[in-house]
Amino acid sequence: MIEIEDVHKSFGALEVLKGVSMTVARGEVVSVIGGSGSGKSTLLMCINGLEPIDAGRVVVDGVDVHARATDINRLRRRIGIVFQQWNAFPHLTVLENVMLAPRKVLGKSRAEAEAIATDRLSHVGLKDKLVAYPSRLSGGQQQRMAIARALAMSPDYMLFDEVTSALDPQLVGEVLDTMRMLSSEGMTMVVVTHEMRFARDVSDRVAFFHRGRIHEIGPPEQVIGNPQRPETADFLKSVR
Amino acid sequence: MFNASVSFHDVLFMLRGAGVTLLLTFWAVVGGTTLGVLFGLLRASAPGWPSFALGAVLDVFRSVPLLIQIILVNAFAPILGFDVSAFTIACIVLAVYGAAYCTEIVRASVLAVPQPTRRAARSLGLTWADDLTAIVFPIALRVGLPGWIGLALGLMKDSALVLWIGVIELLRSSQIVVTRTQQPLLVLGIAGAIYFLISFPIARAGAWFERRWQDQ
Repeated sequence: MIEIEDVHKSFGALEVLKGVSMTVARGEVVSVIGGSGSGKSTLLMCINGLEPIDAGRVVVDGVDVHARATDINRLRRRIGIVFQQWNAFPHLTVLENVMLAPRKVLGKSRAEAEAIATDRLSHVGLKDKLVAYPSRLSGGQQQRMAIARALAMSPDYMLFDEVTSALDPQLVGEVLDTMRMLSSEGMTMVVVTHEMRFARDVSDRVAFFHRGRIHEIGPPEQVIGNPQRPETADFLKSVR
Repeated sequence: MFNASVSFHDVLFMLRGAGVTLLLTFWAVVGGTTLGVLFGLLRASAPGWPSFALGAVLDVFRSVPLLIQIILVNAFAPILGFDVSAFTIACIVLAVYGAAYCTEIVRASVLAVPQPTRRAARSLGLTWADDLTAIVFPIALRVGLPGWIGLALGLMKDSALVLWIGVIELLRSSQIVVTRTQQPLLVLGIAGAIYFLISFPIARAGAWFERRWQDQ
């Protein structure tokens, strides 16, 4: 379970998270929607400790992410994250990109890591791209590779940070399909997205972010279908 | 009998000088690169006053003409009580001079590795050291290699300046042959050809790596 309790975070004078609280249960898919600059992506970075927080707590399965005693590298093995820019390692082949963390972090042998990587890459439909370099892949393929790279650590949680925002429209579908597949397999996911259809169809709950606060959180039928707050309704009108 | 034409022995003498040039270049490049990587990493990853101070010191070595550095160090070393050969002084000065340039090459190359790429590596649980060895170094190497090859070739040619403190490297040995034979054009032509033969493989090796990495 991910427990976010009254998290505050500022970049200089700009407070981007103004007391955010929410929980994500095992097996749940929570979509986070909201305008750009509302703090959604920052919240994701705080969940796996890529961004420090100023106040509050983030607790993952009982471990305080931002506590000094926490071995953050150990915790990150269990929390996969995929970014808007897929961030392929350009000097490594697709297979090597996915093998790297199992080898370096989990200490797997080359053969074991290769087996894991091949399995995950097949799972996201990239079995025929193993020896290609990322630069030869389309944006959608690179993003699926990034998902496979995170999955290679067998994480308990997956965080998605606007993973389709930088893709050509015709490539969005293949990445969303991969994420649908993961959710149907029971993966716990926190998805920051602008894809309202995906949020409505796949999420158990949707959180609407506005100016550093969660204004509304609930089942998609409510938040997207019948928003209770005027800010949510305005936002949904602007993205339709 | 006095013979004023360039003989086989003269060429051998110059080749021995070329050996000294190679040795000077080797130590200058090894020392300069080792220090340059250390300093460059420090400059790239630890901003603040230590990095700034280091940059300022290295700027001195980049700004003062190499010939002046060589002569000054050679003059002051015995005064300060260091009993070292001219060759050693030459190696040290060239290495520090090389390090000053290499530091900036390394710093720029490391900073050229996109921060999101490093963040992605850390998000997978890679430690700072893993990130450095598996992600930053390989990518930075591709960025910095052309500049580093240029630096190595530059050091090789700049090593000629140490003839002023009496190290008989390729250019000095050529001068000696010129003094006796009075055939500067031929002798300097041969010396130039030897410099080229040393440079060419280094430049080609760099180009080979760049071509190989182009597929990525």
